Amino acid sequence: MSDATSNQVLTTQDGKPLKAALARALRREKMRSLLLIAPLLIFVLITFVAPIFDMLFRSVENQIVSETIPRTVVALEEWDAETGEAPGEDVYNALLFDFIIAVENKRHTQLGTRLNYEQTGLSSMFRRTGRRVDDFGETYADQFIDLNEAWKEPVTWVTVMASPSWIEAQKAWASNPTGPEPAFELSPAALDVLPATSDLYGAFAQFVQVEENDSPTEEDPWTPIYKALYQDLSANPNAATAFSGEAATLVGQAAAAVPAFETVSVKELFIDADEDWGSAENWAVIKTFAPTYTSGYFLSAADAQLTPTGVEMKPDDEQIYLFLFYRTLLLSIIITISCLLLGYPIAFLLAALPLRYSNLLLILVLLPFWTSLLVRTSAWKVLLQQQGVINDVLVWTGLISDAGRLVMINNQTGTIIAMTHILLPFMILPLYSVMKTISPSYVRAAKSLGANDWTAFWRVYFPQSIPGIGAGAILVFILAIGYYITPELVGGTSGIFISNRIAFHISSSLNWGLAAALGTLLLVAVLLLFVAYDRIVGIDNVKLG
Amino acid sequence: MKLKTAILAGTALAFASTAAVAEDMTVVSWGGAYQASQKNAYADPYMEANPDINIIWDESSNEAVAKLRAMNEAGNVTWDLVDVVASDAMRLCDEGLAMEIDHDEVLAAAPDGTSASDDFGDLIVSDCFIPQIVYSTTFGYRSDVEAWGGKEPDDICDVFDLEAFPGKRSLEKRPINNMEWALLCDGVAKEDVYDVLETDEGIDRAFAKLDSIKDSVVWWSAGAETPQLLADGEVVIGSTYNGRLFALIEEQKQPVKMLWDAQVFDLDGWIIPTGLPDDRLAMVKDFVKFATDTQRLADQAKYISYGPARKSSAPLVGQHADLGIDMAPHMPTDPENAKNTFLYNYEWWADYRDDLDAKFQAWLAQ
Repeated sequence: MSDATSNQVLTTQDGKPLKAALARALRREKMRSLLLIAPLLIFVLITFVAPIFDMLFRSVENQIVSETIPRTVVALEEWDAETGEAPGEDVYNALLFDFIIAVENKRHTQLGTRLNYEQTGLSSMFRRTGRRVDDFGETYADQFIDLNEAWKEPVTWVTVMASPSWIEAQKAWASNPTGPEPAFELSPAALDVLPATSDLYGAFAQFVQVEENDSPTEEDPWTPIYKALYQDLSANPNAATAFSGEAATLVGQAAAAVPAFETVSVKELFIDADEDWGSAENWAVIKTFAPTYTSGYFLSAADAQLTPTGVEMKPDDEQIYLFLFYRTLLLSIIITISCLLLGYPIAFLLAALPLRYSNLLLILVLLPFWTSLLVRTSAWKVLLQQQGVINDVLVWTGLISDAGRLVMINNQTGTIIAMTHILLPFMILPLYSVMKTISPSYVRAAKSLGANDWTAFWRVYFPQSIPGIGAGAILVFILAIGYYITPELVGGTSGIFISNRIAFHISSSLNWGLAAALGTLLLVAVLLLFVAYDRIVGIDNVKLG
Repeated sequence: MKLKTAILAGTALAFASTAAVAEDMTVVSWGGAYQASQKNAYADPYMEANPDINIIWDESSNEAVAKLRAMNEAGNVTWDLVDVVASDAMRLCDEGLAMEIDHDEVLAAAPDGTSASDDFGDLIVSDCFIPQIVYSTTFGYRSDVEAWGGKEPDDICDVFDLEAFPGKRSLEKRPINNMEWALLCDGVAKEDVYDVLETDEGIDRAFAKLDSIKDSVVWWSAGAETPQLLADGEVVIGSTYNGRLFALIEEQKQPVKMLWDAQVFDLDGWIIPTGLPDDRLAMVKDFVKFATDTQRLADQAKYISYGPARKSSAPLVGQHADLGIDMAPHMPTDPENAKNTFLYNYEWWADYRDDLDAKFQAWLAQ
């Protein structure tokens, strides 16, 4: 009989295998419960998880360099930072074209700010150059215009650069302007023989149409476009053959005149605007930080830096973050232990007292909890400062002299005292709720079996309260590690936490990448500690009530 | 029936009043006495003259740069006009978050016809910045310290002299200003300070000088801390904004005096966020034109001891609105106070802030 059943698949009444039917029923149950929690899950995902990841992702993002100066980044690939010499003319040419577009879009200063995190001085180099870059093509613009006044006219440029179909569409639009002007199109001929000019003029036309709501037929081109035209015509003297009509005449005339043009070095123009452009060191920084993603912020967060030759530690006088991480962990542990030492007896008392008294005591525990954090912190200032209440009392009672007033605030002591006080309820409440469930009969039983008070507490009561200690300790520790307002107000210089630096980089220095990297490291540190805690104590042993 | 009519009439009235409700304009400032001075000097008079505009204050100037950046990224800038210090205005301009303006077009000319750009002169430190006031970061000291034996500090270097002037000092928890003062007192000439500070040796010199008083310094991060520390007797000398010290001395009558030597001038003013729709922009421009004209800036000095940014406003500065004392001698720009001043170099700090801040924090943590 038993043999027969083991070989047979159990089925339900309608002949389906029992296992499958069960699984289906369970799956349906699971789906239903998932549906129940779906609103909360979606809410948490959208309002909590997604923004956090978006913020943390900034710690590696670095598109700004390759997006703002794409041509320069490509041109720089050839250049070797090891030579110790600034790159050649072609890189500066690419930079000129990138720069004029960036300046018109007001993006060069953002790039300057970004690179200034890595190399001091780049911010003003970008800003200062931005004011002058529109003049860099002037020499060429003047010569083209001297050659033929027509080059001054926006319409001339459109004749040469725009595709015939666009010119027609634009004319049709101009006679009856409804909606926006048709999007500019470059002529195939220009694209073919005047690549640099097309590139830059295309960017110009797009800028004029999109950003300024104007027409390329009415706006004077940026002067570096003349420089681009000069460059193309020098490289390709027969450019005119690709064009027809008026454009061919213009380009032909220009191409013939170009070899006689007076030239200027773009490199010298840049160095003239700011001599730092001649420094290979600065170029090495630009090249090092050209990739779309960077480890630079994380390295900074670990007191290291990315150099062209690899990763190295920052100079001693700039190392701060590792030390702050260490201090944050250390102080948080001290605060957690102080909370435990102070909170355990109170929770014990709360659990042991008759309800009438314990409720009153509980209100006393909760009362500061309901008071504003800032008020409590400021109250500690009044109490702890050198001319404060505690010192005054000590001097009055003669315990210390007037000259020997204790320094209890604006240092680590201040942070530990104020934060222990603020976080104490988070220790007491879980402890209390666990102790409430410990039956007094165990201790009585232990005593009746001959244990003294201490043995009964230590061997019988205390082990049962450990889940409460675990919960309280985790709560207090995790809250403490991310605190920043209290340390900022009472911590002085020796009592501040890593979160103070994160707050500084978010709201003051605006280095969000570094702030995100520091935040990620802090998160990882907490998770690691959590895992370690789970291994040692076991997360099952945590009880909140 | 009667009730129904009443309700209907009430509803109609409510609708009518919402229809006539004023256009809101969100103006961001610093809160406290400073915002009150702006409210009294020009926001309230403006609303009186333009009942269809309702100014809503937001006290977020402290973190304006970060918040504007976040708003801009979210594509929803809800602020119309923001009060910031000049260095923040430059940063906002750099980031493309503040609008570049033509000062002569947007701002009113002086009564004698001088153009706005000439009237404000050098104080227009950025194309996006509309200056309002000149303030200074300077020192206040307690005038009742027994240990000083009747002497009073009259030189910036007395701050660094623990022997003649023992006691705690309060300094701002950032390198700006402190590094300059340290170098000045280490014998560097005023015009060379930034050149020296650019070198590693210069930075070491400044830190070495600050090291000599480091153990006696309480570092502050909010402008209200020094006045409180001085009032409590926690510190005997402390740096803060001169307007805060004015309130401490003249309004709260504390035994504190001003040490004007080597005060560092700084500017505060408006910026207009980029990307405002045309109707809001027109409204903001109209308000700014009114709020920064010669008389309005002079009026502001009735409520707070900050100097008006227009040259033409200076002669119009009168008495304090409540205390009835002459305001001119309390202005940082008063010739008696401005015998020795230090000019803060915005461009230089824009470059070196990140670098020096890291060094300064590392130095503090040592």
